[in-house]
Amino acid sequence: MRRTTGFVIAGLVVALLLAGVVSSFASGAPDGLDSASTRGCTVDAAGEITGGTCMAQGAKEHEVGGPFADYTFTGAGGDFAATAVSGVVGVLVTFALAGGLFWATRRRRAPAQ
Amino acid sequence: MEQLALHISNGVLGGPVAAATAVVAAVGLTLCVQRGRRDLDDRLAPMAGLVAAFIFAVQMLNFPVLPGVSGHLLGGTLAALLVGPWVGALCVSIVLVVQALMFADGGVTALGANITNMALLNTAVAYLLIVVLLRVLPRTPAGLAATAVVAGVVAVVAAALGFVLQYALGGATELTAGGLGSIAAVMTGTHALIGIGEGVITAVTVVTVAKTRPDLVYALRGLRKPDLVESAA
Repeated sequence: MRRTTGFVIAGLVVALLLAGVVSSFASGAPDGLDSASTRGCTVDAAGEITGGTCMAQGAKEHEVGGPFADYTFTGAGGDFAATAVSGVVGVLVTFALAGGLFWATRRRRAPAQ
Repeated sequence: MEQLALHISNGVLGGPVAAATAVVAAVGLTLCVQRGRRDLDDRLAPMAGLVAAFIFAVQMLNFPVLPGVSGHLLGGTLAALLVGPWVGALCVSIVLVVQALMFADGGVTALGANITNMALLNTAVAYLLIVVLLRVLPRTPAGLAATAVVAGVVAVVAAALGFVLQYALGGATELTAGGLGSIAAVMTGTHALIGIGEGVITAVTVVTVAKTRPDLVYALRGLRKPDLVESAA
């Protein structure tokens, strides 16, 4: 069985570049669900619903929020850094959590292939 | 810059539907853990960690699909191809949990619905199509890419319609007459376009992995593909 360490590290570097650098060039337009959610309502320039009937009307403040809310780290100076820090932290946290859980629950002995 | 994601917010679905989807998600995830453990070995476990991290990263990359409308990868097709349906659905679920708890992306009360649509439904539909298409299409990189695109489009639309069904069963705000039908049409249209983006990103990623390390593509295991799979050691 070939080792995967090198491949995983290379993949992680790609993910960090995508989340840390490329993410700042992502589209800021409402996504498919958000745009459907405001159909039927009038929305002002700030994105606040001003009238009508639509799915987004029931939406409430997020329950947790936090310094990384909306991928905009509040401790960073500037938009690029706020998004970049959020992306890098998110990739590392996700990798640590998922990798740790999967490693802990893996089968200890692989059957002969 | 405001970043939005294809995640249901807190308060959009009514309490009963939010609770019911939480039960569906819990049952589905339990099954995924049980079946996924059979697949998780010393090689798949770190790969699954990478797949989750990669999906988190690519979900930040919203691409435009129509004027004023964007979308991003959901990841179920990519995860199913690389680490299989059970572990793949768990990868997407972990991403959704991190996003809801740390990045205010998707309501915590909507986590059950988001997991049901984007992790369970999206990955399951993708994998069923992958199994069929990989056996029917030519065993070439182009065949693998076509599999990723077709599975990506259909699975993203399925996830979007999962939300429409949940909203029909108990959305928080009652829509005007015919409102839900037009929502279903709009959701299908925009998500078919988002699915094309999902398919292209998935195809590029999976074909790249298949060319460098075909042994790390779960969906290619057991298929005798002289062009894509080297003989097992």
